[in-house]
Amino acid sequence: MKTRYSLHIQNSMTTRLHPVLRCAAIFALLPLFITSCKTTGGPTNGIPVGEFASLTGGTATFGQSVHNGDVLAVKEINDAGGVLGKPIDLMTEDDQSKTEDAVASVQKLVNSDHVIAVLGEVASSRSMAGAPICENAHVPMITPASTNEDVTKKGDYIFRICFIDPFQGQTMARFAVNSLGKKRAAILTDVKQDYSVGLDDAFKNMFTFLGGVVVSEQSYSTGDKDFRAALTSIKGSNPEVIFVPGYYTEVSLIVRQARELGIDVPILGGDGWDSPELTKGAEQQFNNTYFSNHFSTEDPDTTVQLFIKKYQDTYHTVPDAMAALGYDAARILADAIKRAGTTDSTKLRAAIANTKNFPGVTGTITIDGQRNASKPIVIIKIVNGAYHLAQRFGPNGEPMSSFQP
Amino acid sequence: MKSYPALFLSIAAIVGLSFVMPSLNDYVLGRIIYIGIMISLAVSLNLINGFTGQFSLGHAGFMAVGAYASAVITTFLNAQGYAMNGVTGAVAFLIALLFGGALAALAGLGVGIPSLRLRGDYLAIVTLGFNEIIRVIIQNVDFKIHGVDYIGGARGFSVLPLTTFTWVFIVAAVTIFCVENLVNSTYGRGFLAVRDDEVAAEAMGVDTTKFKVRAFVVGSFFAGVGGGLFAHSNFDITPLDFTFLTSIDIVVIVILGGMGSTVGVILAAIVLTTLSEVLRSVPEFRMIIYSLLLIVLMITRPQGLLGPATMERLLRRGKREKPLVTPVES
Amino acid sequence: MLQQLINGISLGAIYALIALGYTMIYGVLRFINFAHGDVFMIGAYVGYFAATSWLARFFPIGTVESTVLVFFLAMAICAALGAIIEFLAYRPLRSRPKLTVLITAIGVSLFLEYSGQLVFSANPRGFPAIIMNRAVVHTKTLTIDTVEIVVILLSLVLMFLLRVIVMRTKIGTAMRAVSYNQQAASLMGINISKVITFTFLIGSALAGAGGVLYGTEYPSIEPLMGILPGLKAFVAAVLGGIGSIPGAALGGLIIGLVETFVSGTAASTYRDAIAFAILIAILVFKPSGLLGKREIEKV
Repeated sequence: MKTRYSLHIQNSMTTRLHPVLRCAAIFALLPLFITSCKTTGGPTNGIPVGEFASLTGGTATFGQSVHNGDVLAVKEINDAGGVLGKPIDLMTEDDQSKTEDAVASVQKLVNSDHVIAVLGEVASSRSMAGAPICENAHVPMITPASTNEDVTKKGDYIFRICFIDPFQGQTMARFAVNSLGKKRAAILTDVKQDYSVGLDDAFKNMFTFLGGVVVSEQSYSTGDKDFRAALTSIKGSNPEVIFVPGYYTEVSLIVRQARELGIDVPILGGDGWDSPELTKGAEQQFNNTYFSNHFSTEDPDTTVQLFIKKYQDTYHTVPDAMAALGYDAARILADAIKRAGTTDSTKLRAAIANTKNFPGVTGTITIDGQRNASKPIVIIKIVNGAYHLAQRFGPNGEPMSSFQP
Repeated sequence: MKSYPALFLSIAAIVGLSFVMPSLNDYVLGRIIYIGIMISLAVSLNLINGFTGQFSLGHAGFMAVGAYASAVITTFLNAQGYAMNGVTGAVAFLIALLFGGALAALAGLGVGIPSLRLRGDYLAIVTLGFNEIIRVIIQNVDFKIHGVDYIGGARGFSVLPLTTFTWVFIVAAVTIFCVENLVNSTYGRGFLAVRDDEVAAEAMGVDTTKFKVRAFVVGSFFAGVGGGLFAHSNFDITPLDFTFLTSIDIVVIVILGGMGSTVGVILAAIVLTTLSEVLRSVPEFRMIIYSLLLIVLMITRPQGLLGPATMERLLRRGKREKPLVTPVES
Repeated sequence: MLQQLINGISLGAIYALIALGYTMIYGVLRFINFAHGDVFMIGAYVGYFAATSWLARFFPIGTVESTVLVFFLAMAICAALGAIIEFLAYRPLRSRPKLTVLITAIGVSLFLEYSGQLVFSANPRGFPAIIMNRAVVHTKTLTIDTVEIVVILLSLVLMFLLRVIVMRTKIGTAMRAVSYNQQAASLMGINISKVITFTFLIGSALAGAGGVLYGTEYPSIEPLMGILPGLKAFVAAVLGGIGSIPGAALGGLIIGLVETFVSGTAASTYRDAIAFAILIAILVFKPSGLLGKREIEKV
């Protein structure tokens, strides 16, 4: 025994296991522990399709919308007899808006639930965390709304059905210069969101390329509530147009505060603006604002109108773009399974890759060689809180309709 | 530590388990790797919070330093065409992890010094502040070398998947080994003395300042290494993976494990992670149940799931002679 | 510049209201009530539902009655919530180490946040305009509107009321006694539990009022909205000297102003870190805070 220096402190390791050995013993027991606790869903005769989404946590609002869209689509497909004569069995995992949990969710879906395909995520970073797992296991993954370019570069099995950040940023720059005729822009970016930073870069490059000048660049962080400091500084630089590529949570305040400060130039944004909550209580202030989006609820197209009606019947709110994208992602997958005639992963992958002119709610979707979606983009004009279709641009940035001011 | 048979057995265990583990389902293996990382993190935090009686809420900040530093190294080597597999890959990864740990230890030194004047709640909030400052700084760093993105700010940083079970096992074992030996050494009595009664310790000639800073440096070194493993098992990391909420997750493990009990902390890491997996079937209630459990446990078993006294009794089969004083800070 | 000043003051006023709750609870119980920011969130939601529910039929939004009702309900329900939290979660732990209580507080905080996401859904809601928003001063460089004025004035009134309660009433004296020395106060016949409950009632009511003001000024509320303002308000409380009521007001004001000024500069991306940097600096150089009394540690 060693000399004791203090009375009530446990001493010496003589009677204990060597720590490394103890560690080994614990690790050896772990598999038992976890496997025994695993929830066994029981065999179903449906086709297992996985979904991972942020149902709780910081970005729960997007996860919940996409999930609603997915569930609606699956229900509709199953009501119509399912695919290959079987119903689709949607297995949903919540990742709590955490990257680490996204990895665990996808690993569970792929390795434990043996899903034939995975739908998800909205946040690009979480899609990037899930993608390598799907790629290695050769399970096709379709992300409904991750707009970062790099997501689909993760492998041949990774697809997306939304447009990418640069496209959105470039389109808004084209719209600002060619349709609105503005040459001086200020940008207000959310530095906490990769999405916002991506749009900012693309807009800036295209805007300067088209002969415009970026006169002021300001930033904020998700969760901020007071933007008047940044806006006051923007106001001082006299812009003709302001680009705010953020999410509606902050944008609803930014626009309000901008108008209160007497900034009356047009304010532009991206699909992050889309939400019925955006203009609530500030309908007037949102006049003279535009944002790019995946679809317009005003679209007379029957697919769109039918979707809106069904969504409202089920969830009692107007669908946002995330819900529409979730709905399209699930339907494109079901369509691909039908065309493949099997759930074999190679054939299913090929079928998804061959998706051509799919009549989605968010436009006619064709999957291109980089596994990205080639599809049109709409620009929404907000008038007294109502969203009106202002202009439509094609997949290559060509205007598909003339601008209606 | 002189028991060579035990050491031999341990090595055999590592080799054996390393062969068995990869045959497991990737999901289970992934969770085991995660538990292993959490064990390293919690055991190292236990040195600061449990053994030395300081209260750090900034462990995720040190984790972030280690995660990003090691990921920068592995990404750089990979971009230079250096083989990241086999023995060369292992050496590179080891260097990256150690570098991450060293940088985190440096950050720990930076936090440890102002902490000397503070205790209890104040220290908690300052370490939380450091955590957030580190996160905000990382969020603002983004650079490219030869077309490869590093750090990536808010966008996130794609990291090579290098973490394997063997790595996690070795790091967890080394962390446990170091912390246990340090605390149980003659020298390490100083940590416990600082915790039990700082004034008395000072009066007895213990350099409390030195011990506090040492606890922070050693604790953050292992947090950095753990962060490195975390980054390389996640494919992609963003600054939002290292907010103070992550620190709280680790603190909860330490407290539920019974502050100052290494075995308890290891068990708590396993139990909490498993619980979180079990609760997957009820996603909306997962955090609600978790938080309620936390409150109830704190009220009914403040000494942790298995407090140090219980653990000790289990291990020594009743041979204890003195009741252990539960860590109390005044 | 003047505009930033006004913006900063109105933000600071709200931080100050939340900071007061922190300071009072810390003063009496010596622990950080992590759940305080979430009580603030509940306050905003109570305000939201009070203004938009069936009550709105009797009290149309925008009228004075409706505004008073919204504030009253938010403050009353938050006060009750605070007292219940104290009774259920903190009271059983009163003699336990502070760390245990802190972890419990974190548990309560997570519980309120995630229950909020479940019950209210994670979607942010637009807060109704319960105060008619009109520009009072409107020049090229400066705009001050009614909301800002109401926020600042109401915060001042509440702080004044609090000061009167703490300094002039019997229960306030008891609160000060408990905060000074709990044991001695108890020996003097003060019912400690009663004082603590009262402190939670008042502190949480202030958080509730803060929540409604925040919702009015920044009309987008969601279940996780309490985290950051909560933390910053705590920093404000420490900055001003924890336990000191004027200190909390001063601290809130400083944090609000600094944040607003930093936002307008190139360093705006570091905004969230600023509050903490100030906190660390103040604790390193003057741990008792700007207006706090230096406590001599009894050995």
